[in-house]
Amino acid sequence: MARPVSHNTKVKMVEIPKGYSGEGFFATSFDKVIGLARKNSIWPLPFATSCCGIEFMATAAAHYDLARFGSERMAFTPRQCDLLMVMGTIAKKMGPVLRQVYLQMAEPRWVIAVGACACSGGVFDTYSVLQGIDQVIPVDVYVPGCPPRPEAILDGFMRIQDLVGQESMRRRHSQRYQELMNEYGIQ
Amino acid sequence: MSLTNDYIKQRLVEKFGEALTSFEESFGILSFTAPAALNLKVMQFLYDEEELQFRFLTDLTAVHYPHQVDAELAVVYHLYNFREKVRLRFKVFVPVAAPKVFTATKLFESANWMERETYDFFGVEFIGHPNLKRILNVDEMTYFPLRKEFPLEDQTRIDKDDEMFGR
Repeated sequence: MARPVSHNTKVKMVEIPKGYSGEGFFATSFDKVIGLARKNSIWPLPFATSCCGIEFMATAAAHYDLARFGSERMAFTPRQCDLLMVMGTIAKKMGPVLRQVYLQMAEPRWVIAVGACACSGGVFDTYSVLQGIDQVIPVDVYVPGCPPRPEAILDGFMRIQDLVGQESMRRRHSQRYQELMNEYGIQ
Repeated sequence: MSLTNDYIKQRLVEKFGEALTSFEESFGILSFTAPAALNLKVMQFLYDEEELQFRFLTDLTAVHYPHQVDAELAVVYHLYNFREKVRLRFKVFVPVAAPKVFTATKLFESANWMERETYDFFGVEFIGHPNLKRILNVDEMTYFPLRKEFPLEDQTRIDKDDEMFGR
């Protein structure tokens, strides 16, 4: 009798980076190996304040399954996380809180702004709402939509993965990065 | 005996005479205008009188009328009589240059929060308020956002095309 279980035969493995291999050794650069490891185990910190957060819940749940990208481990403490996912309207009063969360994250850290409000204030063009989180912290990837569908959030997440995988080991020590941080008043 | 608007008006006129003006009734609620200096006396009278008993402050807010010279800001009080289920509303007008009104916190504890909110959004100074500072907006805000001279849109944005956003 056939077993009532169907096995997933389409499992995709991460490709081996370019390098030299031979009997019992494989040599490649740190950049590639560390990038590979980082991009496939990003720990996200969901900073969800409104409806985009609901879309993110769908993204993280079984149907869209963020775990496929090695990110099922959400942490709600910034000290353990690599990726700050800002989803929803950020009021001006929330700005310093968001900034504090970002400051508590350890380098290397990335930020994704999900939805129109986090990107630009969205429809809330008013005195009480921060007009885009890039006024208080640097952002790596913007996901448009009001709210974006889970597919869009996943697309933004994969772009973050590309950035993480290709980032040079020296980027965070570079003059340019230091200048970017100084623009935001971060030492 | 049920409390009627005519009776409330009669009692108020007996007590304050010509000082109270613009009596009207909309949606069954009596409303009138009082001089800013008399706001506490009127409220105290409505509170203390055995037949009136307006002992609950439902709401307190302000309205900005930029075209009324020297009476730009109206502070609106909504009072309620729980026993007779009667509502009452009155306004005091103050100039926007010196928006000073006596605080109602001595009479109603609930006025504390609402007066802070009214200060936050309209800049009305409630004389005698124990803790008059911003309550909902960021402390760094330098203006009173619900006054009409300030556009509703956030002015820090430079990326929006004014024509497309109807400015």
